[in-house]
Amino acid sequence: MRWQDDPVLRIEHLTMRFGGLTAIDDLSFAAGRGDITALIGPNGAGKTTVFNCITGFYKPTEGRILLHTGAPDVLQETESLTRTGRRWLKQERGALYLLERMPENEVCAVAHVARTFQNIRLFGGMTVLENLMVAQHNALMRASLMTVGGLLGLPGFRRSEKASIDKAKHWLERINLIDRADDPAGDLPYGAQRRLEIARAMCTDPVLLCLDEPAAGLNPRESAELNQLLRDIRDEHKTSVLLIEHDMSVVMQISDHVVVLDYGRKISDGTPEEVKNDPKVIAAYLGVDDEEVDQVEGEVGR
Amino acid sequence: MSTTGTHPAQPSRLAHAAKDALAAGLIGLAIFTPLVGLQTVQEPSGLVLNTRFGTVLALAAVAAAMRFVFALLMSGEKGTRLADRIGASVRGAMPSGAGGRIGSYLGYALLGFALFLPFIVSALFTSSERYLIDIAILVVTYVMLGWGLNIVVGLAGLLDLGYVAFYAVGAYSYALLSTNFDLGFWICLPLAGILAAFWGVILGFPVLRLRGDYLAIVTLAFGEIIRVVLLNWKDFTGGPDGINRIPRPTFFGIDFTRGEGGFADFFGLDYASIHRIIFLYYVILALALLTNFVTMRLRRLPIGRAWEALREDEIACRSLGINTTNTKLTAFSIGAMFGGFAGAFFATRQGFISPESFTFIESAIILAIVVLGGLGSQIGVVLAATVMIGGFEVFRQAEEYRMLIFGLLMVVIMVWRPRGLVSTRHPSVFLKERKAVSADLVAQGEGH
Ligand SMILES: Nc1ncnc2c1ncn2[C@@H]1O[C@H](COP(=O)(O)OP(=O)(O)OP(=O)(O)O)[C@@H](O)[C@H]1O
Ligand SMILES: [Mg+2]
Repeated sequence: MRWQDDPVLRIEHLTMRFGGLTAIDDLSFAAGRGDITALIGPNGAGKTTVFNCITGFYKPTEGRILLHTGAPDVLQETESLTRTGRRWLKQERGALYLLERMPENEVCAVAHVARTFQNIRLFGGMTVLENLMVAQHNALMRASLMTVGGLLGLPGFRRSEKASIDKAKHWLERINLIDRADDPAGDLPYGAQRRLEIARAMCTDPVLLCLDEPAAGLNPRESAELNQLLRDIRDEHKTSVLLIEHDMSVVMQISDHVVVLDYGRKISDGTPEEVKNDPKVIAAYLGVDDEEVDQVEGEVGR
Repeated sequence: MSTTGTHPAQPSRLAHAAKDALAAGLIGLAIFTPLVGLQTVQEPSGLVLNTRFGTVLALAAVAAAMRFVFALLMSGEKGTRLADRIGASVRGAMPSGAGGRIGSYLGYALLGFALFLPFIVSALFTSSERYLIDIAILVVTYVMLGWGLNIVVGLAGLLDLGYVAFYAVGAYSYALLSTNFDLGFWICLPLAGILAAFWGVILGFPVLRLRGDYLAIVTLAFGEIIRVVLLNWKDFTGGPDGINRIPRPTFFGIDFTRGEGGFADFFGLDYASIHRIIFLYYVILALALLTNFVTMRLRRLPIGRAWEALREDEIACRSLGINTTNTKLTAFSIGAMFGGFAGAFFATRQGFISPESFTFIESAIILAIVVLGGLGSQIGVVLAATVMIGGFEVFRQAEEYRMLIFGLLMVVIMVWRPRGLVSTRHPSVFLKERKAVSADLVAQGEGH
């Protein structure tokens, strides 16, 4: 299994408590490089909290979140990196990032993990194109020599600004919004806003893209388009995808690997086929108590 | 039964309007009694208190009557439509800036007018020339301050109630550098800006972690702290006596003095004190235009877009890898720098400064200009500064009623254009055409 042999993200013993409430309880799983990994579970299972821990918005109470790029043997450095107290290790062969130590902007800028939000967060008063330009902020800041070169209008900055616009155009064409490039993002219909948020995240050149319920509120046609978009992101852009999804049909169609959460604990982990037939998953989704799982298992015929 | 539908509404509407009018009358009494009813007069025997309760009653009655008429007209369906119509017609009459066309024509027209203003004034109003140019200098100073604060409040969406602190830092920087080290205005000007920006960073660093109302309150406190320090640090700042004999600016080294080597002598003109005033006008105009130019350029650079994105959604900004603390700090310190430039100009124009010139009311006026003009709009700031500062002077004869007229004007503008005079936003980059973004989509940032 790719998530065991070549993981891009490894979550180990992650625990997140809010006061007395344990939202995530000793959770470990891995996401394979180039996979679409789905994180599913009933409402309040802690899926969004996992995302917030990965992307630095929450500091986990306990646990390690490791992002790995490059050659697999770099993974051997994990323990020594953890002991040094540094946040990342970059070598020619590859790099390791301890995401739980990094603030949210560094998770995106340094470790290249991008995300979208369950309740869409676009810059509503800025145009569609501007939204995609803001996503390329760090690259453009460097090109503008921290604004000085930009103020003077140096040719190097103009060139990279043009490249940014071209990149934005590429994504706008890909998500069918090129005709609305100059319209405010807040004016777009819901489905288009979801697509734009994904494109905006992709404009940061992520290694790992985390999508929080991207198909929520989409009609069937939009949902099918989204599936194609996610497959293209995986295949053409070599970006691994981690997504939270409620719609089981979407999950079964596009994901390579499914992790199931319930009450902050992992109850199942495997290929879509395996997970679909896991009685614990069925029980969780039907709302059966833990004690009754054995009974349900019996009924399902295991 | 259906015909009586409107009937029972009649008396209740009357009663409602009467109640409204009574309340307005009482509020009027409460406000006008201290403002208008009591007047101190200097008599040989000392201060004497005059009462004018008749006037107070008359004013309160007028307020009540107007409220009554207004309440009657505006209640019910017809009234709402009437209110809409009035609003729409006012909106139609105002330069929308939405077309971009009208806005930019207006901008060029105003620029042309500003460039030739001293000559226009000299030609048309010879007798009050000096007074009018003085007002123009004041208006342009506030335009510059408004533009500076617009970076912080309008673009980055950070509510700063202590902007006057940087105006003070600029003014005292110039005053102290020039009186202690004999440095000229043109050398001190950049130094004043740098020092103000430096203080912007120092104050901003702890403060900018706060959000919304907290940020507003702490900036307010910092503004006051700077003033209190200036007031009490007597050895350094002269305390309440301020700093005297601040050098006047020179025309590239040529003084505006009578006789040998002065400006008039050098250019073979007859000496006139107005030369210096006109020169000062052009100095502040150039500084203000520089502020505008830099702001407009910054808006189209990644840093400017990040400011606006920050105003729209800070969390989304961070998820895209933007260091929001640094981004806020740049907005804060660049805004402070322009405040510092304006402060240095203020010091050289007045020749005397004291902490009294840097009270909270200054911050409030500058903020009012930005809000009234429409957050983020450059041309809006010009209109608002002209209306507020110019209007304030025009109504000088009205004496104590000035504040009332002023307040009324602000209320009227805010009722008709709650997002300010020019509230549409112009995108910083476009593919095919630059379409204005309507105000209701644009976020206003924190603490609004
Ligand atoms: N900042 C917070 N403070 C306190 N409790 C929180 C916080 N964030 C999440 N929780 C709690 O953690 C639990 C998990 O919430 P989370 O949002 O992660 O669920 P979810 O799986 O994303 O659910 P949904 O499918 O409804 O989006 C919930 O009980 C929630 O109330
Ligand atoms: Mg959620």
